[in-house]
Amino acid sequence: MKADLRVALVGNPNTGKSTLFNILTGLNQKIGNFPGVTVDKKTGYCTLPDGRNAEIIDLPGTYSLYPKSQDESIVFSILADRSNALKPDLVVVILDASNLKRNLLLYTQVADLKIPVVIALNMIDVANKSGIKIDVDLFAKRLGVPVVPISARKIEGIDKLKAAISYANEIALQNESIDVEAIAPQLIARMQTELQLDNPYFALQLAHQHETVKFLSPTENDTIEKLEQEFSFHSQKAQGTETIARYAFINELLYDTVKKPETAQDESLSNRIDKVLTHKIFGFILFFAILLFMFQAIFSWSSYPMELIADLFVWVQDKLHHVLPAGPLTSLLVDGVIAGLSGVMVFIPQIAILFAFISILEDTGYMARVTFMMDKLMRKVGLNGKSVVPLIGGFACAVPSIMSTRTIENWKDRMITIMVTPLVTCSARLPIYTLLIALVVPNRNVWWLFNLQGLALTGMYVFSLISAVVVAFVFKLILKGRERGYFIMELPVYRMPRWNNVVYSMYERAKTFVLQAGKVIIAVSVILWVLASYGPGDRFERIDKKYRQSQYTKTLNPDELNRAVASEKLENSYAGALGHFIEPAIRPIGFDWKIGIALITSFAAREVFVGTMATIYSVNGSAEKMESVQKKMGEAKNAQTGRPVFTLAVAFSLMMFYAFAMQCASTVAVVYRETKNWRWPAIQFAYMAVLAYAASFVAYHVLK
Amino acid sequence: MKLSQLLAGQKGIVKEFTDLEMSVKLMEMGCLPGEEICVERIAPLGDPIAINVAGYSLSLRKREASTIILL
Repeated sequence: MKADLRVALVGNPNTGKSTLFNILTGLNQKIGNFPGVTVDKKTGYCTLPDGRNAEIIDLPGTYSLYPKSQDESIVFSILADRSNALKPDLVVVILDASNLKRNLLLYTQVADLKIPVVIALNMIDVANKSGIKIDVDLFAKRLGVPVVPISARKIEGIDKLKAAISYANEIALQNESIDVEAIAPQLIARMQTELQLDNPYFALQLAHQHETVKFLSPTENDTIEKLEQEFSFHSQKAQGTETIARYAFINELLYDTVKKPETAQDESLSNRIDKVLTHKIFGFILFFAILLFMFQAIFSWSSYPMELIADLFVWVQDKLHHVLPAGPLTSLLVDGVIAGLSGVMVFIPQIAILFAFISILEDTGYMARVTFMMDKLMRKVGLNGKSVVPLIGGFACAVPSIMSTRTIENWKDRMITIMVTPLVTCSARLPIYTLLIALVVPNRNVWWLFNLQGLALTGMYVFSLISAVVVAFVFKLILKGRERGYFIMELPVYRMPRWNNVVYSMYERAKTFVLQAGKVIIAVSVILWVLASYGPGDRFERIDKKYRQSQYTKTLNPDELNRAVASEKLENSYAGALGHFIEPAIRPIGFDWKIGIALITSFAAREVFVGTMATIYSVNGSAEKMESVQKKMGEAKNAQTGRPVFTLAVAFSLMMFYAFAMQCASTVAVVYRETKNWRWPAIQFAYMAVLAYAASFVAYHVLK
Repeated sequence: MKLSQLLAGQKGIVKEFTDLEMSVKLMEMGCLPGEEICVERIAPLGDPIAINVAGYSLSLRKREASTIILL
């Protein structure tokens, strides 16, 4: 889509920036990457009242243009680098009206870059309610910019904001906030002449950030370095001076334009909630209760829709087998693709429920409290309070969680968090666990309340957290720190979750899961079907010939005969050969060659395991009687002993294997992207493989 | 008197900082000399602490709080 105008949204975290973005762009948005860096770029389009089409870019939330993390550094680059293709024509700065002082710091910095600005004064309803009176006209006049009071949550003032965007000036007319040149007069002047910069604040920012920004040439960098030494520029001192000057300006502005109630305020609601939620005892009890509830819910709420989806697929397979002519193509479609897909599609409800919970915990502000409560504990094992968010996010998926470690400023803490996050039970393991638990753990309640299967699943989740903590501690002893860590974090006020955001996140995640996993699974299913349906040389013909002999046709009924043929064919197929090839290596941990095939196919993505099982047992089963994967696996018998293949020992050994093994190509890729060094994903892959084998070995031999 | 020495519910006014790097970060978050700080609560395990400054809640570790000198 062609845009007439590019608008960037800038603001502090927790100011409702994303909500405003969603309102402006609707579902008409896409998530990409900023060129060269791995920061999520959310863009969307919005039609303005004058008919023009504006492209809206949602920049990461930040407290200032001086970045404290990788995400934040993109803001300055996008705003200031004029050669950047994404440079906005206009910036909308979102200010939290109930917390103007701190929010205005970022505004004054952006304004001094002399880009046209419009202020969206968000949460004006919250501010009014708590008695804060803002003289909006005077406020706008003093700053020299359009100011639009809005409430993104209540969708109020949005039309006025759109109008303000369309009537905004093309040149920056805002008033000066502070005397920027006074901070480092000679340096700024010389930089402006030597690098031909017309904006003094841009020059000053470059002096601070020239080592980290990507858009300077080496000669420009050398010039800045030389000038800094010549005028003995001290970055931190200059930054301190600047911040104090900016707050002096802000205090004066707020003194004239904002009236706060003089009387001592009632204890805020957030404070009262915190007294319970971060209480010494109740705080932790509640946290674990919430986690337990979450996993119980994932199991019980999803069971009905899951059965529905499974039945639907069985019905479709059954119908197709009857409607389509028998032959290899039908078999490929029904036993290969559809069987593989059905194994994965049934997990959509669980994934949607999990993401709904995580989005609610983030949205309400509770996640920040968990960070606050857990910091000391996490630090003991080499992590950081902020590691809690990626670790809990790891329950959903390690890939976005590893990306979210960018908020951890300290290098060592961040590396350790990245190294252990894939240990946390992600949603791709959920299908495997639920399938195997349903196979071997009885579905009944203990102590009235707890479902035995739910408890087993909770156990796997707790176990994954414990192993992450233990591994983190080991890494803490091995790794050496590069800089001191700190932990300065805003505790946002509690809010009701925005339900449409929750629904949006459920929809978005389920869609991504279906599309990404679906693609891999269809590809793997087709390959697997070919490998399982054909064998080397004339082996298949010989099997056919063998079973045509009278000794078989007379003693076995047609159904048994078909099954015997199919099973022997699978064993002699390419897939069977592959499975047999690795069988000696996996026999000590209780796996047979069929499971071996699944281990190989799920090498790049764990969720493929279930699809593979479905395909293998469909190829093996009779076409007349379509059943769900679980039923087929439950009925699978060992050919020699006649006992079920999936015993308690085998099922738990498999679960241990998937709990530890790095069977996820996306995670390997994202770890490389985030660490910029192949050593990290390599170490991670190796340690996880060793742990996987050892844990499976122990589980199998203890339970056997 | 350091900020880290305050108990939950106690207040103080920022005088100065003992650590330049930390001061830059704290000042950006609105924690400036002359600003009143109230310790809202202390985390269940004794660290970090939550303070109210400039009308919002900020959490920081005790070691970081000890770089803030109060009047």
